[in-house]
Amino acid sequence: MIAYLIRRVFQSAIVLLIVTMITFILLRAIPGNVAIAILGPSAYRNPQAVAAFNAEYGFNKPWFDQYLLWLGHLLSGNLGFSWTLDQSVASLLGQRLPKTIILVGESTILALIVAIPIGLWQAVRRNKATDYVFTGLSFLFYAAPAFFLGNVLIIEFAVNNHWFGPEAAQGGWLSDITDLHDQALPLITLAVLTIASFSRYMRSSVLDNLTEDYVRTAKAKGASSQRVLWRHVVRNSLIPIATLVGLSLPAILSGALITESVFNYPGMGYLFYQSAQRQDYPTLLGFIIVVALATVIGSLLADILYAVLDPRVRYVSS
Amino acid sequence: MSSDTSPLVPGPAGIVTDAAPPDSVALGTLPAGKSRSLFQRGLEVFVENKLALLGVTLLILIFGFCFLGPFFYHTDQVHTALAIENQPPETGHPLGTDDNGYDILGRLMTGGQISLEVGLAAAILATFLGVVWGAISGYFGGVIDAVMMRLVDAMLSIPTLFLALVVVSMFPATETELIVVIALTSWLTTARLIRGEALSLRVRDYVQAMKVMGGGSMRAVFRHIAPNAIGTIIVNATFQVADAILLVVALSYLGLGIHPPQTDWGGMLNNGLQGIYLGYWWQIYPAGIMIVLVVIAINFIGDALRDAFEVRLQRR
Repeated sequence: MIAYLIRRVFQSAIVLLIVTMITFILLRAIPGNVAIAILGPSAYRNPQAVAAFNAEYGFNKPWFDQYLLWLGHLLSGNLGFSWTLDQSVASLLGQRLPKTIILVGESTILALIVAIPIGLWQAVRRNKATDYVFTGLSFLFYAAPAFFLGNVLIIEFAVNNHWFGPEAAQGGWLSDITDLHDQALPLITLAVLTIASFSRYMRSSVLDNLTEDYVRTAKAKGASSQRVLWRHVVRNSLIPIATLVGLSLPAILSGALITESVFNYPGMGYLFYQSAQRQDYPTLLGFIIVVALATVIGSLLADILYAVLDPRVRYVSS
Repeated sequence: MSSDTSPLVPGPAGIVTDAAPPDSVALGTLPAGKSRSLFQRGLEVFVENKLALLGVTLLILIFGFCFLGPFFYHTDQVHTALAIENQPPETGHPLGTDDNGYDILGRLMTGGQISLEVGLAAAILATFLGVVWGAISGYFGGVIDAVMMRLVDAMLSIPTLFLALVVVSMFPATETELIVVIALTSWLTTARLIRGEALSLRVRDYVQAMKVMGGGSMRAVFRHIAPNAIGTIIVNATFQVADAILLVVALSYLGLGIHPPQTDWGGMLNNGLQGIYLGYWWQIYPAGIMIVLVVIAINFIGDALRDAFEVRLQRR
């Protein structure tokens, strides 16, 4: 188990190192000259100023030294500086990331609460009307992009009927949790997409487990269908779901970016989108690294959780 | 036991797949001597699947609507006509007009052309990249495999939408560039799948035999490994088309995709936002429903193809 853990963590570290290389290449691929961009167009007539700038910030060094310099800054927590917003990327992240964590966390919990019973119900009533109805719904919602679904919800429930606010909560983090009048629509938008895929997973996981030998054994011993289902099948079916949450993080974060943009929710995704429009590259690339870090940690946790919950994995992998 | 209708008894197929294979393809009932090709049997499974036929029909209708529709329904999608902006659906404009006075029905057709073209082309390019990368990585194994796959892992850890947004913010997007960007950010899962296939295919006897006869590595990868993974490749490419369409409409919705006066379905939704609080529903629903229909149709087809190719896999 320990060896497996160490190998897995080492692998994640390498993946993150490659992410920094990709980010650095993107940083270098940006059209234009950094010195001119910051000093202003008049610097074209002042080569000394450009040279001084390049020397001060290390742009005159070979690209590999530049990468090491940049990586060193990164490791000490310096994600870059947004010239457009006149703020360090780290402080922007401090303001925006908690909001995204709240939105993503709440909607994922909501999705699990809804998707697990639906998937279970579908599996138990396989190929009956309920199964078909929910399968149809999950196909429908899986195909509905968040920006379409979000806008439909706004039209129907905020404009035509004034049940909910058309915009997400704009206050502090407390209002993000308590202000359900404004947070309901963004939460539902983000959760529905996750529900569509989680419930499919739960359904096939339960169906897989229903064909296992231990189910036949339990039934042969005289256990009732209910007992077999709740004591054996459900518990085992939840194992892949636990890891699914970690592995779905990239998709959920992409969904959050769109949901935040639709509902004007001041989280990390919305700022990322605005930065793309403003061509604020330091913010974009700083956030890319943070998002990649989150994804890598998510899949690492998923793997570890899987190994903890399902002992067979440990033996196979080691 | 088999008459027990308790939900805990698995169905006769006993597998997770939705469409239980029809009896005719069950291995036991194959008439001896008169053997049908795997292709025919796969086709039968595909045709038996009603959802797949629905998907194919929908897709043909949508392609016809977008590419043939403009020949029968003439609209001006280049010059703005502000005098007739934001008209609700009525005679002359069956789906109304948008905030520039463009006819929405006509715009659905021309916009759809771009969404479909970009989605298809990007999916084909991404599949090609993924197959080459995955087949080479899996075939050679060892250090090459480790390096190539860590790169895939690293790129997979950056959510596609984030990476694509950065790239389109650097270079103003044209149709070709969008195709390249989407392909470059979505070949990764294909590469992983094909690598898995290549790992199991490279030890097959026919690959070994070919090597003994003096065949080179490139021949092994492109003439033997890639063609034998065709099932995985086609199924994956199908879903890839749906994902690519969703990504291009998302980029256009965010205002970083196709630029006016050209548009696609995502751009139409973006445009419709300005009228959303005024109740201009006809600027939102048509494009959104088209996106949903296309993606559902492709997913139906992909699911059915997977079932059809599983018939082939049973024989391996």
